[in-house]
Parts: sequence; structure tokens; C-alpha cells
Amino acid sequence: MILNASGCLDALIAPKVARSLDVFVAKTVTPEPRLGNPQPRLAETDYGMLNSIGLQNPGIDRYCAEVLPRLEELGMPFWVSVGGAKTADYALICERIGERESVAALELNLSCPNVDPAAGAAAEIVSACRAVSSKPLYAKLSPHLPDVPSVALTVIEAGATGLSLVNSLRGLVLDEWTLEPRLARSVGGYSGAAMRPVALAAVYLCYKATKGTVPIVGMGGVQTGKQALDMIAAGASAVALGSVLFNDLEAPERVRAELEQEAHARGFERPGDARGVAHRPSGD
Amino acid sequence: MPSPRRERRRISGSERVGPYTLLRLERGGLDPGLPGQFFMLDVPGHVMPRPFSICLAEKGELAFLIDPVGPATRVLCELERGQSIGLFGPLGNGYRTNVSRPLLVGGGIGIAPLPYAARAMGNPPVVLGFRTSRQAEAAALVPGAEVCVEPTLVTELIPDEPVDILACGPEPMLRAVHALRPDAQLAWEAPMACGFGACYGCAIEFEGKSLRLCVEGPVLNGRPPVIPLIEDEKVEAE
Repeated sequence: MILNASGCLDALIAPKVARSLDVFVAKTVTPEPRLGNPQPRLAETDYGMLNSIGLQNPGIDRYCAEVLPRLEELGMPFWVSVGGAKTADYALICERIGERESVAALELNLSCPNVDPAAGAAAEIVSACRAVSSKPLYAKLSPHLPDVPSVALTVIEAGATGLSLVNSLRGLVLDEWTLEPRLARSVGGYSGAAMRPVALAAVYLCYKATKGTVPIVGMGGVQTGKQALDMIAAGASAVALGSVLFNDLEAPERVRAELEQEAHARGFERPGDARGVAHRPSGD
Repeated sequence: MPSPRRERRRISGSERVGPYTLLRLERGGLDPGLPGQFFMLDVPGHVMPRPFSICLAEKGELAFLIDPVGPATRVLCELERGQSIGLFGPLGNGYRTNVSRPLLVGGGIGIAPLPYAARAMGNPPVVLGFRTSRQAEAAALVPGAEVCVEPTLVTELIPDEPVDILACGPEPMLRAVHALRPDAQLAWEAPMACGFGACYGCAIEFEGKSLRLCVEGPVLNGRPPVIPLIEDEKVEAE
């Protein structure tokens, strides 16, 4: 299953690209409107880029009135990414849209590197959302957590259905002459090819900790079918494409075709059959 | 509005214009779009493409004016005839050109879209401002333009009588023009990763709203923004 990473595609502007995904994951919505961070918000760096968008979104009222109806018109499964600054923010969004039939799942963005960290612990947020919604809940975790698998276990225990691994890493780029930060907010979220081993490790360790019992969306620097297959072998049940979509609108179809070829070449009838094969029976 | 296309195109020429470089590409089947629209140019060896407005669209060519201010723009300025790069466009909302009393106002590298606009509009009056006399050599791209160099500011060249301004330049210049003439059409600039509304990297705050320049702009206060639909893209052989 191929998805997009939240915030890396606008399905209302590129519906054909969105429809080439199995599921579209919408940009994070928060209770109040957010104008986002000042310019500059982007900076290129080796092997990737930094972003500092700041969860720009119209707020849940306008989202329900203007965005959701148009997403529903796409006629494809979509998830909504949920953000906030405190537990009640997440619960409010889940309450507002958590029972809406068209929303296939809710992804709880517990890890945006560009806003103040959520005051509540991840498990508390998940628990509050579970109390108001029966939808599948995916907890999107940060690669900065000192022990990602232990947090994964606590959010699953609190009611999360699955895991989205991982959000971007905090990074810094300096101007070549002034030596000052290129981004207005100095530090931003690093995405790109160098994220792959970081994401792969998080997927691997969380699959192991949960004994392969929960769905995991693997994301971070995936650009080819072989890289998607690596995610699946490490334990992902689905793979999300991020910044590759900025410069390759055919990436979903290309990666899907490459993934099937790469899986067949290794004796797997379907890519999903390779799930978890990176885990040696003897453990490590 | 023409649909954007992604193609790979050969460089047909590269010439110095003051401190800038005018990079000419073979146009092939690409539509140049409207003045003020832009293309994303791939940069060899770099992850992110860079946005550039169309500077000239003479027969069979597309030309972009580039200021070598950083590693990626230096790579583009050093490309040679015969090499090829990928590009994607035309993107965004251009200028509304059917105005009755047009005045083109440009500052620094912000003059980039004005040569194409001037030709498309039958050579209306143009005022240009630059920091240095070397930069002002680029005024040759807009024959007949009235030119000033700092400390004179281009806003001082705007006449008192009613005019329909189409402007492009650095943010302080655009804010000054907007303060003088709130109805001026202003072409803004910001780093972009995609050019079609996906990354939100190019959003700026304007009149209390956060607007994605690639979707609602880059020309603000122009024609009502047409929210583009990216329906198709095609990779063509050179």
C-alpha cells in the first residue's frame, strides 16, 4: 500500500497524483487557523531539504466547511492528520471529524519538529482521541524519541491502531556567507534520502517490539521500489512517499511498479509477503 | 491557462547581462505561459529545483534571468550550450495584462519577468531601479525603460497620475509600491520545493492571509487566482 506523507501533496490541486496513491493523507489540521512560519521556510542541504512550514492550515471550522467536502469529492480513501499543542486540541479534532464516514483513519501528528512540542505525553493524547473516535488511529512518532519502540508500545496500549514512522529530523542550514540560519525559525525538519536508515531503524525496532501485530506506515527518504521493499522487510505494512513527490508526480505509480518487480525478483508473490523478513528468527 | 509539463530541454545559449546570466533553452513543445508565470528548473547536483519567471519567450526559446547568489544559481549560470536540464511549467498565476494605463516597475533581479511582459503588452512605459550601475546593465533587456540607481529609489519614478502597475522586485520595494498603490499587481518570490501547492514552502503573509505563491501567486492583486489543476505531466525526449 502506497500513501503520501502528510504535508507533501495537495490532493485538491493534484487529484490525479492523489488518485495514484492507495490512500491520500491530508495535511495536518489544528483547532485554530495557523498562518504558519515566516519566510524563508525552505532550505536545501546535502541529500535533502529543511522545511519550517509551521502547520499552516485553515483551522477545523473552515476545514470542515471547505476542505473535507472537496476531499470527499475525490472519491478515494483518505486520512486526516491531526495536530495541536495540547491533548484537548487533538481530542477536539477527533471529536469533530472522528465519526465522519468519509475519513478512513486519523493520523495523530505527535511529532512536528516546527511547532512547540505537545504538552501531553503521546499516550495521553492517543487515549483522549480513542475516547471520542472509533476510527483507526495512527500515531506518528518522532525519530528524536530516545526509545521509539517503548513509546510505540505505550501508544498501542492507549488505543492506537497503528504507527506512522517517522516524522522529519530537526536540522540546521547556515548561509554560506553570513553564517546565519537560512530558515527564519533557524531549525527545521530535515527530509530526504539521508532519512532512510533512520526511518528503517524505527520501523525495524517497532515491528520487533510489537511482534508484527500492528500496521506500520514506513516513511523517510523513500524514492524507489527497492527502498520501499526495504521498509516492508523491516516491518512496514505500508509505505509513504514524502519529498520525492515535489519533483516526481509519477512517483506513486513508478514506486509501485518497481516494488512489485523487486519483490518478484526475490521470490515474493506480493510485496506484502516480504513484511518482516529482515527479522532473523534467532533475533539480534 | 496552459497545463504545466515536465520536460528536459537543451541549453541554446547563456550570456552575461551585468552580474546576471540570461539562460536560453530550446522551447520545444513547452508553452511559455503568461508574463509573471514561472518554471521550476532542475539544478544538476542539487535536490531542490528552483523557480524562475519567464524573462523572454522569443521564437523557439525560453529564457530565464538568473542571479548567481548561491550554490544552485551558480551551477545554472555555469551551464553551457548543448547541456540539458529538466524544467516544469508554466506554473502559478501571471499578470493581468489587459490594463488601460500600464506601468511596469522592476527592482534588481526582479526585472526578470518584465522583458516578456513588455513585449506581450506592446512596450508600455517601464521604470527600473538597481543597487549598482553594473546591475543596471540588465535594463538593456527592456529597451526604453527609465532607470535609476540607488540612492534614487524606483518608487520615486512612479508618476503621480493614475497608472496600472505591474511590479516585481525585492520585498521592501513591493511593500513600498503596495503602500503607494494598493491596487498594484505585485510578483513575489520565495523558495519553493514543488511549484504546485504541495510543500507550502512559498507561503507569504499578505493582507492578513497566508498565500502560497505558487498557487495564489506569484502575482498578487492581479487576476483572481486560478487554482491550478496539475492533471498531467509528460516527459519528452529532447
